[in-house]
Amino acid sequence: MLSTRTAIAGIAAAIALTLTLSSCASTSADASADGGVDAATATSVSAFGDLAGLEEAAKAEGALNVIALPRDWANYGAVLDAFSAKYPEISITEASPDASSAEEIQAADNLAGQDTAPDVFDVGAAVALANTDKFAPYQVETWADIPDALKEQNGLWVGDYGGYMAIGYDPDAVPAPTSLDDLLGDEYKGKVAINGDPTQAGAAFAAVGMASVQNGGSTADFQPGIDFFSDLNKAGNFVKIDPTPATIASGETPVVFDWDYLNVGYGKDLDGQRKWEVVVLPGTGYAGYYNQAINADAPHPAAARLWQEFLYSDEAQNLWLAGGARPVRADAMADAGTIDEKLFDALPETPDETVVPTAKESEDAAALLGSNWAAAVQ
Amino acid sequence: MADTLVSVVAPLEGVEPAAVQARRPESSRRAAFTVPSFLGLVPFAAYILLFLGLPTAIALFTGFLDGSGSFSLTNIEALADPVVLNTFGNSIGLSALTAVVGSVVGAACCYALIGTNPTGLLRSVVDSASGVLAQFGGVMLAFAFVATIGIQGMVTVYLRDSLGIDIFADGVWLYELPGLVLPYIYFQVPLMIITFLPALEGLKPQWAEANASLGGSRATYWWRIGIPVLTPSFLGCLLLLFANAFSSFATAAALTSQGSQIVPLQIRAALTSETVLGRENLAGALALGMIVVMVIVMTLYSLLMKRSAKWQR
Repeated sequence: MLSTRTAIAGIAAAIALTLTLSSCASTSADASADGGVDAATATSVSAFGDLAGLEEAAKAEGALNVIALPRDWANYGAVLDAFSAKYPEISITEASPDASSAEEIQAADNLAGQDTAPDVFDVGAAVALANTDKFAPYQVETWADIPDALKEQNGLWVGDYGGYMAIGYDPDAVPAPTSLDDLLGDEYKGKVAINGDPTQAGAAFAAVGMASVQNGGSTADFQPGIDFFSDLNKAGNFVKIDPTPATIASGETPVVFDWDYLNVGYGKDLDGQRKWEVVVLPGTGYAGYYNQAINADAPHPAAARLWQEFLYSDEAQNLWLAGGARPVRADAMADAGTIDEKLFDALPETPDETVVPTAKESEDAAALLGSNWAAAVQ
Repeated sequence: MADTLVSVVAPLEGVEPAAVQARRPESSRRAAFTVPSFLGLVPFAAYILLFLGLPTAIALFTGFLDGSGSFSLTNIEALADPVVLNTFGNSIGLSALTAVVGSVVGAACCYALIGTNPTGLLRSVVDSASGVLAQFGGVMLAFAFVATIGIQGMVTVYLRDSLGIDIFADGVWLYELPGLVLPYIYFQVPLMIITFLPALEGLKPQWAEANASLGGSRATYWWRIGIPVLTPSFLGCLLLLFANAFSSFATAAALTSQGSQIVPLQIRAALTSETVLGRENLAGALALGMIVVMVIVMTLYSLLMKRSAKWQR
């Protein structure tokens, strides 16, 4: 293996090596090594020669472990199925679909060295920034299309899909909210929920962030957001159960703060059972992207890299769009004419101004929520 | 780890009532202490070590480590944080309230039951129903409450539409701390029945006869004999109920999603949060706090049980 590592020091050498050795890979019993390319250190597809080389290496591994990917989250079900259909030789194991970003990292630590460890992560911004030492750098073929602000420059983590914090509501139960203050009114008594506890879940954290920027605060000052939910609670309008498609279907949570793509997804799930409208409040919008990363100790390093290539392909990016999420390559794809125009135009209208908190602001806001949230909503 | 925590304390829920154990003759117990019979204890001992001893040790240990793994008292100091103190207050308050209500209502049920035929249908139905319901918790119980007294629950809707009573007029309390009281009482009362009924059954008819033949009234019997004999077991059961509520996690996790108002939920938050990071070791310190409370409660419990066993040999 050492001699191999030396050999891939130069990309040209690596390509030469791959070309030479991949011809014997089919006869070689040592499938996982793919004829000598060390997939675990590959930082782009060129280490494998080309995409076909990567596909071959991934098929030789024959498996991919994913974690914390709910099938009803941003169309992940369709994405997983599309990957399986394209690469039937690679069997996907989906672990703990409802785990949090932090639990993904814990799983990687606990299962380190075992072939059941997660190969890839899908993590929120805070967890991505805090765990870069757990990730393997990798730049997908479409790397140049991804805005610089949404990726780590070496490819340790890369933004993939995202959206705006939005309010989903049942038009049969409540009037359409046009501003935050509307939600404090009597028509919303016992009806407003947010997706999780902001001291735990990224989506709920963003809900408070959105309330802040809409309520005179900023991404640097979450207190007005906390104050809003405190007022909502005092008005008796805040429902503290975790909203799910089931609680929406039963009418338990007729108003839900959640990412626009998740809210759109609820509406699709409940088509025919319950009407579900989604609104992104005008003014300042609060956006967030989820990031992809590869486990540095991935048991299936080539499959992990192929999964990334697939996620940033036109096909998967359009699947995010079909799930109501904004794919990270949307602008480049719109320019190239490869985006699904109909779906792209159908997204909720974007607000005048868009904000995303920086790492520092997120940290400060998290600390503020840690000390003030529980008391504010009690 | 949240599940582990439950397993640290959950076995208490399954503890055989000490009153029942105490009635076994001493002699047969002593005779059983031979070497081969000790082997029979191995699976249980291994189970206790692996699923109670080890997690407890790990919880205690991690509470004294900082993020980089070196010794630190920061997490222990964090136990004095107002948010954490408030949570402990909530947990203890909720457990105490549901334990008191559960034990009083449960004891009343037991009192009603001792008048019935011990082998009759009513007694066996109540006995087995209590055995099942005392273990009926978690997501199922939370769901049952959402379906009955949730905002769109059967009972809520009936009260609102037919009787004009809105139980949520001042806000939806079901998904907050007060909302946990009803579900907790739901499993506390049956637990009281299965733990306290044996103590009531242990009241010997001879005592009542002696009281009667000495000219005592029914009131004298309860005042002079029944209550003094039963008090230690009643208090013991009260503590058991307290411990049971204090360690409950899943019902609260399924029912309330904001603010992590009780300690087990704070532990989960410290372990799994994706927004407030790096607090995994605080979970250890919180678990340590819970273990301290539980050790106090269970020590008192065993002292009381020793005392109540005196009358039941």
